[in-house]
Amino acid sequence: MRLATRQIAAIVRKDILLELRTRESITAMAVFAVMAIVMFNFALRLRVDAFRPLTPGVLWVTLVFAGTLGLSRSMSSEQINQCMDGLLLAPCDRSVIFAGKAIANVIFTLAVGLLVVPVMAILFDETLMQPGVWLVVLLGVIGYAGAGTLIATMAASTRAREVFLPILLFPLALPLLVAAVIATSGFLDRLPLDEFVAWIGVECAFIVIFWTAGTLLFEYLVEG
Amino acid sequence: MTILLSATNIGKLFGMRPVLRGVSLEIARGEFVAILGANGAGKTTLLRILATLARPSGGALTIGAVDALAHPDRARAFIGLVSHQSLIYPDLTARENLEFYGRMYGVGKQRPEGADQEPGSRGERVGRRVTDDELQPLVEDALRRVGLWNRRDDLARTFSRGMIQRLTIARAILHDPLLLLLDEPFTGLDQAAAANLSALLCEMAVRNRAVVMTTHELGRGLDGVTRALILKGGQITHELRDDITAGALIALMTEA
Repeated sequence: MRLATRQIAAIVRKDILLELRTRESITAMAVFAVMAIVMFNFALRLRVDAFRPLTPGVLWVTLVFAGTLGLSRSMSSEQINQCMDGLLLAPCDRSVIFAGKAIANVIFTLAVGLLVVPVMAILFDETLMQPGVWLVVLLGVIGYAGAGTLIATMAASTRAREVFLPILLFPLALPLLVAAVIATSGFLDRLPLDEFVAWIGVECAFIVIFWTAGTLLFEYLVEG
Repeated sequence: MTILLSATNIGKLFGMRPVLRGVSLEIARGEFVAILGANGAGKTTLLRILATLARPSGGALTIGAVDALAHPDRARAFIGLVSHQSLIYPDLTARENLEFYGRMYGVGKQRPEGADQEPGSRGERVGRRVTDDELQPLVEDALRRVGLWNRRDDLARTFSRGMIQRLTIARAILHDPLLLLLDEPFTGLDQAAAANLSALLCEMAVRNRAVVMTTHELGRGLDGVTRALILKGGQITHELRDDITAGALIALMTEA
């Protein structure tokens, strides 16, 4: 295993170990997500006759909001005892640190997705449990975690990080959110793939843009 | 003497305020250098620049024949740092913390090109995968050296301040750095732990490593120091090679 790969694996392993021990991120994200879905369910059923078409929107808004909780926690854990300096002292390119943190965030957000999708399938639309939707969720989570890790790094050194993160991240994540909602709708409505495949392409492009940006810019963010 | 660290005309501005002004120093293998100065003299900033954690506003820095400003990632393999903060994860055990940092440093891997290998050093294990089984003896050795082996499976958050400092030192020496940088390392240590640290630093110097330590406490940790530098107003104003005693340093610092 190359040293860089070993270092990325070490960061991911450390973040998972910390999460298993403290259960702070996933628990908070999962509880928030389930509460949000239940509240959407009651609120929409009261006023909307056919709320199934709203399923993709509710799914993605819930995932994005819940994911933000984990992203904030992920970088703030590196502020304790200035552990980020410990990472920065390692003989590796800064992009290795970005990759490790972002992959850990993908895993945590995906874990919440694994809970959210079945719960939404029960409460909103049973056809949600299909491979196409899982593909859209996977791509959306990878893209969101990449952009989120980048912005969370920027926000981590500020005093108002809890406010700063969503204010910066949500506008950036809007193209991803739109693409994910349309692609999810395409699968739920059983449309021909070529009618919405471009939106899956948008998700892929978002991943490429923000993971590349993270790789290139992380050094300036942590040293700034 | 082989020069391990060479800093030339290092300057650092915070906004418009100069914190370091044309600091130049060379440190050879086997040297144990103390940098002394009052609070705000620029000691921590200088140490962070030497550790490649901060970039200087001007100047040149070479560590182990590597241009540390152009290739900081390569230079970092030679550096161990004990800073004001512990850099220790409180929710990991002592052993897990060291295992993590061992993996980050590629402990057991070959040092980057440009490093002159010490015979028998850990850096000699060339070009093969290092498993966790090989990391374990190094972690054990580091924990035993700082007297924390019996607490290896306890969470770091349960440690006292002195124990955290000892774990911090274990983290810094785990990869057997050629250059050990310490920022006020005796803070929070009791007498026994301070004596243990002094012995460890002297041993590092004897083993042909270089040790650079900042302190404002003139009474502690000067045993084994081969050179003392006085930093005032961001400049090195005095250098003392012989008779490094608290009295001589106080005289120089008040004069400076």
